[in-house]
Amino acid sequence: MTVAFAPAPLFTGSDWDFSLINRIYETVEPIALQEMKLNIYPNQIEIISAEQMLDAYSSIGMPLFYKHWSFGKQFVTNEMLYRKGLRGLAYELVINSDPCINYLMQENSATMQTLVIAHAAFGHNHFFKNNYVFKQWTDAEGILDYLEFAKRYIAQCEERYGQLAVERVLDAAHALMNQGVHRYPRIRPRDMKAEAEREAERQAYRDRIYDDLWRTVPVGAKAASVPRDERRAALGLPQENILYFLEKTGPRLDSWQREILRIVRLIAQYFYPQRQTKAMNEGCATYTHYRIMTILHDRRWITDGAFMEFIQSHTNVVYQPTFDSGHFGGFNPYSLGFGIMSDIERICMDPTPEDRDWFGDIAGSRDPVEVLKDIWANYRDESFVSQFLSPHLIRQWRLFQLLDRESESELRVEAIHDERGYRRIRRALAREYDIARQEPDIQVVDVDLAGDRTLMLEHAVTDGVVLDASDAAMVLQSLANLWGYEVALSEVDAESRKELKNHRCQPQPGWIG
Amino acid sequence: MHIVDRRLNPGGKSLVNRQRFLRRARAYVSQAVRDSLKDRSIKDLAKEGEITIRRDAIHEPTLHRAGKGGNRERVLPGNREFLEGDRIKRPDGGGGAGSQPGEGEDQDDFRFALSREEFLDLFLDDLELPDMAKKKLVSGKIEGVRRAGYSTLGNPSNLSVPRTMQKAMSRRIALRRPSGRDLSRIEEAIAEIEARTTPLADDAVTLERLREERAHIIRRRNLIAYIDPVDLRFRRFEPVPRPVAQAVMFCLMDVSGSMTAHMKDLAKRFFALLHLFLSRCYEQVDVVFIHHTDRAAEVDEDTFFYSTVTGGTLVSSALDKLIEVVKERYSPSDWNIYVAQASDGDTLASDNARVVSLMQDQILPFCQYFAYLEVGREEFASIEAATSTTGLWDAYAPVSDSHRNFAMRKVSHRREIYPVFRELFQRRGVGERTHA
Repeated sequence: MTVAFAPAPLFTGSDWDFSLINRIYETVEPIALQEMKLNIYPNQIEIISAEQMLDAYSSIGMPLFYKHWSFGKQFVTNEMLYRKGLRGLAYELVINSDPCINYLMQENSATMQTLVIAHAAFGHNHFFKNNYVFKQWTDAEGILDYLEFAKRYIAQCEERYGQLAVERVLDAAHALMNQGVHRYPRIRPRDMKAEAEREAERQAYRDRIYDDLWRTVPVGAKAASVPRDERRAALGLPQENILYFLEKTGPRLDSWQREILRIVRLIAQYFYPQRQTKAMNEGCATYTHYRIMTILHDRRWITDGAFMEFIQSHTNVVYQPTFDSGHFGGFNPYSLGFGIMSDIERICMDPTPEDRDWFGDIAGSRDPVEVLKDIWANYRDESFVSQFLSPHLIRQWRLFQLLDRESESELRVEAIHDERGYRRIRRALAREYDIARQEPDIQVVDVDLAGDRTLMLEHAVTDGVVLDASDAAMVLQSLANLWGYEVALSEVDAESRKELKNHRCQPQPGWIG
Repeated sequence: MHIVDRRLNPGGKSLVNRQRFLRRARAYVSQAVRDSLKDRSIKDLAKEGEITIRRDAIHEPTLHRAGKGGNRERVLPGNREFLEGDRIKRPDGGGGAGSQPGEGEDQDDFRFALSREEFLDLFLDDLELPDMAKKKLVSGKIEGVRRAGYSTLGNPSNLSVPRTMQKAMSRRIALRRPSGRDLSRIEEAIAEIEARTTPLADDAVTLERLREERAHIIRRRNLIAYIDPVDLRFRRFEPVPRPVAQAVMFCLMDVSGSMTAHMKDLAKRFFALLHLFLSRCYEQVDVVFIHHTDRAAEVDEDTFFYSTVTGGTLVSSALDKLIEVVKERYSPSDWNIYVAQASDGDTLASDNARVVSLMQDQILPFCQYFAYLEVGREEFASIEAATSTTGLWDAYAPVSDSHRNFAMRKVSHRREIYPVFRELFQRRGVGERTHA
C-alpha cells in the first residue's frame, strides 16, 4: 500500500465524541465480520463514567442486580483500590446478553475506545455467542429480564418478610453458590424470561388457593421407613447441586425462600460457563483486538502514536510475571489465552517439524482464524490447554511442574520444559483449569427420613486435601439453617473410602420463620 | 449498533449496598470510629474521616479446599535453574507453591471514607443531651422554603398542570364554550343531509340553519380559548425563617502544677467529645476556653492545652471568670450554656465554701448542664480513685445530689473517657442505662 492512497486516520489525539465512536465501529465491523468472519450478537454500546463503572463492577458486572451487602463490600474494596491507585479500572465491561451490552468508560482515550470495541464488542461477543458451554447453559436473550425479575422479587420479599429475613436466606445461599450449579447438562437450560413468568403464575396461584384452614389439619402419622435405595432414588440422590436439592426438598422452607435459592442458583449457573472459560474468553477477545488493531494500523486508519499507545496497554494486559518475581499470582488468563492462540496462528502459518508432529491437523493450514474459530466454539479452558499448549510455548515460558507431598519435607521438581516434560506439564496445567478438580466434590448422599432428618453430605477427597475447616463450619451452619435439621458432612478419601474428617452442625433455633 | 449515553444516569447505584454493608459491619465500624478519637483536635473531630476495619471482620465463607496439607502439584512459569528431580525447600508461610491457585486474593483491610454525618452518627450513637429544652430560639435566619398555595404568576417550571386545567375547565363551562362533541354532532347532521340522493322538502332550510349554527360554534370555540393565560396557576413557595438554636460550651481546666500532661490529655478528650456532641445538636456552638491556676484567664485552644503556666489552685477564680464571660457575651436567655470542668481536685480548702455558693447560687441556675470531670494519675488504680476523695470532690458532692444538671465523674485512664461521657449524657427516661 502506498502512502498516497492511504486514508486519513480516524482520529489524531485522544479526544473522542459520538460520531467518532460510530466511525470507529463502522471501520472495525467489516474487518471483524467480513475478514475474520466473526459471528456476533447485535451490539449496544453504552458510555458510562468511572463511578458508574465502579457500580457495575460491584454487582458482578451486571447492570441490575438485587440488593445485598456483599455487593457493597465489593464496592468499598474496589473503590479503595481505585482511589489508592493500586488498581486501574477495567477499560471495558461486557455483558453476555442479546443484544450484547458493552460499557465504554468516558475517561478512555480514542485509542482505548477503539481497542475496547475490538476487544469486547467483537471478541467477547463472538465467544459468548459461539462457545458451546455458553450455548448449553446461558440464555443471553433472557438474562436481563430474569435479573429484573430477581431484583423485583427480592425487593418484594423484603417488603413482605423484612430485610433481615431475606438477608439471612441470601447469605446462606451465597455461601453455597459454588455448590449451586449443575455441572452436566442433565437438565436443559431454561428460558429465563419464561422462568420469571412461571414464578409469577405460581405465586398468583398460591395466593388464590391460600386457605388458612389447612394449617389446622392434623399431621398424619410418621411415614413408614423406606429402603435406602428407594429413598435415595425418590430424592434424586446423590445430588451435587445442593441449592437445587434444598429448593426441591428442604422440608421447612417457605415458598419465597425456595424461590430465592432458585434465583441464586440460576445466577450461579449463568456465571458457571464464565468460570470455565476465563482464559479462552479473554484470549479470544485479546487475539481479536490485537488482530484488528494491527490491521487498522497497517491500513493507516490509526496513527503510529495511537498504535504505540495500544501496544503499551496490550503489553500490560498480557504481562505474565515469573514465579520468582514477587508479582506472581498464578497464570494471567489474558496471557495464557492470547499466548496459546498466537502460537496456534504461528503453527498454522509457519510450522516447525515439531509442530507438525504435535499438531498434524492444523500445522500449515494457513488459515489461523478458521482454526481458532473452531477452537473458540468447541473447547473450554481445560480441554483447550490440554490440546493446544505446545512444546514451543512450554520452552518459551520455561514452565515447570512442582510436586508438594504432605509426607515429604521438600518440594520436588516433577517436570521441566524438556522432551520428557512437555506432556506432563501440559496435562498438569490443564488440570489446574478443571473446575471440577479444583473445587471440592461435595454431594448430598442421604437423608435420615425415618430418624431425625439429618442431611448427609459427602466430600470425595482427592490428593488428601480436605476442606478449609473454619469456612466449612460456617457454610454448614448456613446449610443446617436452610435444611432445618442437623447436617453431617463426611470427608472421605475418594480412592480408599476411608473417612478423614467429619463435621456436624445443628440449625440455629428460630432461624426459619 | 446503538450508542447510548449513560453518563447522566444517576450513579451511586451501589449506595444502598454500601449502606447495608456499613450496617452489617456496624459493630466494627463503631469501634474504629471511637478509636479514631486519638490524635484529633477538638474541632477536627467532627470532620469527615477515614477509618479502617479488618477485612476478616465480615467474611463470606465458601466450601473450598484447605490451603495446606495433602498432595498438590502446580505448574509455574520462569524456570531458570531447576532440572527434573530437583528438590526445593518448602517456602515459608502459606504462599508460593503451597497454596491453591486463585488464592492470591488481596488481604488489605477495608478503609472507609465516612462522611461527617455517618461519622457522627456512629460516634454518638445512643447519646442525647439532657434537658434539651432550648431556652431561646433565635429567628431571623432564612433557612428554607415552604409551599404557599398558588399564584397567577410564576416560573414555568412551577406550573401546576392540574390546577391550571381545573381553572380552564371552569372558565369554559362558565362561558359556555361549545364542546368538540357539539361540533361533530352538527357536522354529522350536515353530512347526513348532504349525503341524501333525494333531498327532502325542508332540507335546504335545515341545512342553512345547521351551517349557521356550525359557523357560530366554530366562532365561539375560536373566541373562547381552551386554555387562556388567565387560567395559569403556579405553585408558590415562600421563604421561611427557621429557628437557630445556639449553644456555648465552657471548658474549664485546672492547669496548676499538679496537673500532669496525662491529665490534660484526659481533659482534652472529654472536651472533644462534648464539643462534637454539641455541634451536632446546635447549629452554632461557641467554645470558650478558660484555664486557671490561682488566677483564671480566657485563652485559645492551643494555649489552653499546651501553655506552661503554673501556680497554685483556686477553683473559684475560674468560676468567677465563667460568670463574667456569661454576663458579658452569653446572656442565658439567648444561649444554652454548657460547662465542662476538668481538675485533679486538688484545691485550697478555704476556697471550697465560695465554690459551692457560686455553683449553687449563680452558675447552676443558668447552666443547661455542668459536668465535672476529676482526672487522676494514670498509674492510680481505679480502686484507689474510687475510694479516696479530694477536697473539690467532697465540696461538689452535696451540690450534685441536689441538682440534676450537675454531674461529676472520675477518670484516670483514657479508655474510661468514652464510657463516662456516655454515662453522663445517656438518654434519660429510658431507664438509667449503665452499659457503655
